Amino acid sequence: MWKFHRWFERHSLILVVGILVVVSIGGLVQITPLFFIESTIEEVEGVRPYTPLELAGRQVYIREGCYTCHSQMVRPLRDEVERYGHYSLAAESMYDHPFQWGSKRTGPDLARVGGRYSDEWHRAHLQDPRSVVPESVMPPYAFLARADVDTDRMGDHLRANRMLSVPYSDEQLANATIDARAQAEPLGANAYDFEQRYPGAAVRDFDGDPNRVTEMDALIAYLQMLGAGIDFDTYQAQAPENTR
Amino acid sequence: MAADARGHQDRIDAWAIGAILVAGIYCSLWGAANATDSAFAIQMWTALAAFLVGAVLLTGFIGRGGTGNQSTRYENGVVKAGVVASMFWGIAGFLVGVVIAAQLAFPNIFYFEEWGWTNFGRLRPLHTSAVIFAFGGNVLIATSFYVVQRTCRARLAGGLWPWFVFWGYQLFIVMAGTGYLLGITEGREYAEPPWYTDIWLTLVWVAYLLVFLGTIWKRQEKHIYVANWFYLAFIVTVAMLHIVNNMAVPVSFSGWFSYSLFSGVQDALTQWWYGHNAVGFFLTAGFLGIMYYFIPKQADRPVYSYRLSIIHFWALIFLYIWAGPHHLHYTALPQWAQTLGATFSIMLWMPSWGGMINGLMTLSGAWDKLRTDPVLRMLVVSVAFYGMSTFEGPVMSIRAVNSLSHYTDWTIGHVHSGALGWVGFVSFGALYCLVPWLWKRKRLYSNALVEWHFWLSTIGIVLYITSMWVAGIMQGLMWRAYNEFGFLEYAFVETVEAMHPYYIIRALGGTLFLLGAIIMAYNLWRTATSKEPAHTRASDVPAAAVAAE
Repeated sequence: MWKFHRWFERHSLILVVGILVVVSIGGLVQITPLFFIESTIEEVEGVRPYTPLELAGRQVYIREGCYTCHSQMVRPLRDEVERYGHYSLAAESMYDHPFQWGSKRTGPDLARVGGRYSDEWHRAHLQDPRSVVPESVMPPYAFLARADVDTDRMGDHLRANRMLSVPYSDEQLANATIDARAQAEPLGANAYDFEQRYPGAAVRDFDGDPNRVTEMDALIAYLQMLGAGIDFDTYQAQAPENTR
Repeated sequence: MAADARGHQDRIDAWAIGAILVAGIYCSLWGAANATDSAFAIQMWTALAAFLVGAVLLTGFIGRGGTGNQSTRYENGVVKAGVVASMFWGIAGFLVGVVIAAQLAFPNIFYFEEWGWTNFGRLRPLHTSAVIFAFGGNVLIATSFYVVQRTCRARLAGGLWPWFVFWGYQLFIVMAGTGYLLGITEGREYAEPPWYTDIWLTLVWVAYLLVFLGTIWKRQEKHIYVANWFYLAFIVTVAMLHIVNNMAVPVSFSGWFSYSLFSGVQDALTQWWYGHNAVGFFLTAGFLGIMYYFIPKQADRPVYSYRLSIIHFWALIFLYIWAGPHHLHYTALPQWAQTLGATFSIMLWMPSWGGMINGLMTLSGAWDKLRTDPVLRMLVVSVAFYGMSTFEGPVMSIRAVNSLSHYTDWTIGHVHSGALGWVGFVSFGALYCLVPWLWKRKRLYSNALVEWHFWLSTIGIVLYITSMWVAGIMQGLMWRAYNEFGFLEYAFVETVEAMHPYYIIRALGGTLFLLGAIIMAYNLWRTATSKEPAHTRASDVPAAAVAAE
């Protein structure tokens, strides 16, 4: 048996092919079924693609490395469900390119932070975390309120997502720039059209500065919709359409 | 090889590398001119500057008459450069680690409102990438280039290409690192570099594989030595992981942002398949290659068991690739995948300890050297840390344990017992060996300084991992604690407050580890620049004249 191993030791290409075969098996067996087994992702009501402003906020979330300290994945454990809310469903991150489940909770889980705090609280907390939570170890993000969102590019962002089969309509694509501004301007001319295109999305001046659409607007818009889509009062985990 | 044939080969190399540089200049200039955001523009100007410097160096190289008549000697220059780069990036990476540890311990002092780019979220990827890819990567490239030449008794293949690999890899590091500070990231741990930096790394990595394989093809030994199996598995598998996990759609070719090809569950498992095997193949298989060459060399004993190394090799690389899902216990990943991941993680304990035994038992009959040779002691202690963290890992992959440990600092402690204890010490040991060998010195400048380094680092590691064990287990227990009325006992922020003393101890441990590395850099520098006459070793003489190693 040991003599047989000489083949690998004497022929580098056989060794390389052997390595490739051996290291491919695990990934093939574990990852590929996730694309084909239907029960991997439930079909639930209330999960929708991000609005342009929320998508811009998500970009800020990624850029600032929020995922290095905050998870977005509530586990089905008693204390977590009581602390954060219903455990996370696979469907809730089906439009997340990339996923942001995280691996560390230096700060709390954010999967269901939407609607828990007011916009004013988020603003104060992002400006100076220790002004509202004295024990916090989070960095300050006051500079977000001074940076404008590059709304002109939002059409490109939506288009890239649609290439990855996130269901944005032609109309949503065409109006991405307008919609990114409209969501932060409740009294603006486009607020009504925005609400038609994104039913259920919040339209508010998130950062309290009515003259600009800032990264603070975008990030708070994103945080305020996290986990708020599914109505868990009526959601039945065991119903056939939810288990699939 | 005749001199004119080599000149011909030099010309082909120079043209090919020149073409890559010209393409790089063109692409980065186009990117800088059309940049949709200032961060991308800065990246493109950085790349442009690097490619221009590369073009100047290449011209200078041709002007000096190419690689010259060196075919009978080993290529040591690129290994020396790798040793210097390893030490430089190591200290940089450890320093950033100390800074972010201090930020969590003293947020009021170490955060600067006006300098958002120094926030924890941007420095943390800088730290992880600097220590794993910049320090670890340079150690792996340098040692693999050294080992493959000696064990094949052949000069490094590819003439100029090893230098392309070296400088190309440094460019990857600079692009990734400055990118993090600018806020450029793909938002997945250890795979943060943006799409264009990923493409560049792929190119460099293919060149690396070909240089390594090319040297094996030139070998004057019948058998490929065991260290090279591990290096080869590391190079090939990292290429596979890197390419699959970084597939993405850029928003535009003139901006940094991209959307990963997969989403949600599929993205999570692909990422942790990558993430865990960055540990398995970058931080384990590659460094086991170091273990299999440097421990036998320094102890002057053969590897304990040839058969054990065969089992170790194939079992390790087969099992490791399955272990990723243990990062996703109790998540929305289907439970069958979680169970598979945990099962294979537990099985992985066996080949890991098989490798540890093979490394430790190589000292049979030479244990007394641990008393007198601090470099050998460092190598051996690294293998002991390897054994410890590869036992802790399977334990943490058990679902019940993981429900407590996940999301806490226990994970951070576990990673660092492997990273500081195993990867750090085995790298230090290899670098301590390499510097006298490469610079032809009889011995290191000071063994006493190695002792200082060893003990400072060891104390640092112990402070680090014990504080993180306590912090992690305590926080996990506090999160799930209920009071007598059936309510959660602690608000989240109370569990943050409880971390404070342990974060200070951790920062202190990291500082000691950094201090040790600075002492090491001084020691190596004094060794390399010493005025002693050159000392020639058997392994330095022309390849054709030596017996097998």
